[in-house]
Amino acid sequence: MVINLGGRKSDMVLLDENGIRCDGRKVNETRKVTIKAGVLKNASGSAYIEFGGNKILAGVFGPRDVHPKHMSNPDTGILRVRYHMEPFSVGERKNPAPSRREIEISKVIKEALEPAVMLEKFPRTAVDVFLEILQADGGTRCAALDAASVALADAGIPMRDLVCACASGKAGDALILDVNNEEDQAGQADMPIGYMPNLGKITLLQLDGVLTPDEFNKCIELGVEGCKKVYEIQKNALREKYFSKGD
Amino acid sequence: MTDFSIIDKLKRSKILDLLQEGKRIDGRALDEHRTLEVVTGVIPHANGSARVRLGDTEVVAGVKIQPDRPFPDTGDRGIFICTAEILPLAHPSAETGPPQPPVIELARVVDRGIRESGMIDLSQCVLEENKSVIGIFSDNVVTDHDGNLFDTCSYASVAAIMTSKMPKWEMKDGEPVVVEGENVDTPITTIPVSITMGRIGEFILTDPNIDEWACLDARITITTNSDGNIVALQKGGKDGFTYEQLVKCSEISISSGAKIREIIKKAVGETQ
Repeated sequence: MVINLGGRKSDMVLLDENGIRCDGRKVNETRKVTIKAGVLKNASGSAYIEFGGNKILAGVFGPRDVHPKHMSNPDTGILRVRYHMEPFSVGERKNPAPSRREIEISKVIKEALEPAVMLEKFPRTAVDVFLEILQADGGTRCAALDAASVALADAGIPMRDLVCACASGKAGDALILDVNNEEDQAGQADMPIGYMPNLGKITLLQLDGVLTPDEFNKCIELGVEGCKKVYEIQKNALREKYFSKGD
Repeated sequence: MTDFSIIDKLKRSKILDLLQEGKRIDGRALDEHRTLEVVTGVIPHANGSARVRLGDTEVVAGVKIQPDRPFPDTGDRGIFICTAEILPLAHPSAETGPPQPPVIELARVVDRGIRESGMIDLSQCVLEENKSVIGIFSDNVVTDHDGNLFDTCSYASVAAIMTSKMPKWEMKDGEPVVVEGENVDTPITTIPVSITMGRIGEFILTDPNIDEWACLDARITITTNSDGNIVALQKGGKDGFTYEQLVKCSEISISSGAKIREIIKKAVGETQ
């Protein structure tokens, strides 16, 4: 599904002769990532992430009563995720109603987080994760997943691991880490990866574009390296909130 | 929701006890608004934007400007539409799904204050009369809810509109075509400021926080323009105001409005 994220032209050079990308990065470099934990007063847990030009707020509520009641499960808690873009987050104003794309992304993020969250400890309850895309700049689902995972940890919900995410892909015939908006629109492949670094499990994987089997393998390795870098930033965000006051 | 109303009853008696001593639950004076922080230009993808915090209530507003068809009866004016949404991460009680009546009221009151003030000179937003005009959309999203969303959304939209830049379009073969690199300031005529006050018993509280909000008898939102005139007003809640109370409210809205206007102007970097 194509969504116009920037309204920019696609005839730009994605990779120059020195191997430098359109935004000045090397092929194996991520954009600047900053994460802050605990930014909302009302949410049980929250996080704000800036991933390049992406600006995303994550809020977690729960475990709490399930409404509607028939969704509750006596054996385990349930996880619900809403990924939502603000009307002003993209080039053309986006209709605020959830699109098919947003519903799909909500589902893949939910399934990426479920293996990490110990929902079985909270039967008959729901943990709600709300992801609000204030500004989109390519790779929102990875950035949203990064923020969601920090927000869940901030809410004190038991987890087996953090889930970190970063995309890899192909543009200008080279494999690249952390695909930006221009590369997503005009590049050859975009592969978002969600990864649990301590368990070594990939929990989110999608691919748009064409990769040879060899490129695919390398792309996963490259993406996982990016995820590990994000993981350090996630841990730091939590450390900063809970351990910075000298205790 | 039963647990909420029990807490509200307890809070109400605490709030009332304090009011008898002339105090508010968060230590403010009766006519004192909470700390207002305005940061503009937070969403580079938008034509104008602002993040506003009023106490612990936070709103992000983004302005999008794009060609649109005019309303059938006003073909000689541009379009202005303001929306508001309480995001589900703003409060445990906020839900997804179609907007509920209080949220619809919120959006309409914020829209009306800005529209009725004539803040934007919409006659300058026409590309071809009766056919193509400039549409200005100001979308507010509440990210943290601690009461008085009316004013917070209004300040966010006003700051976003004041800092917005309008792209330039030219009509070619009956279609608007954007002229690259030629942005102009959105034509602003005045700065509307809304002030919401609540009444508990005989006391009038400016900028009620969420606890006070839960036990208001009635509330009123008054918007004033840069000349200190009242341009829009909305009464809400299940009780009323006396004439004397309304006069007092209008005085507060003008004096507090002037203070807020200076804060917004300063944040926006305006000197008008």
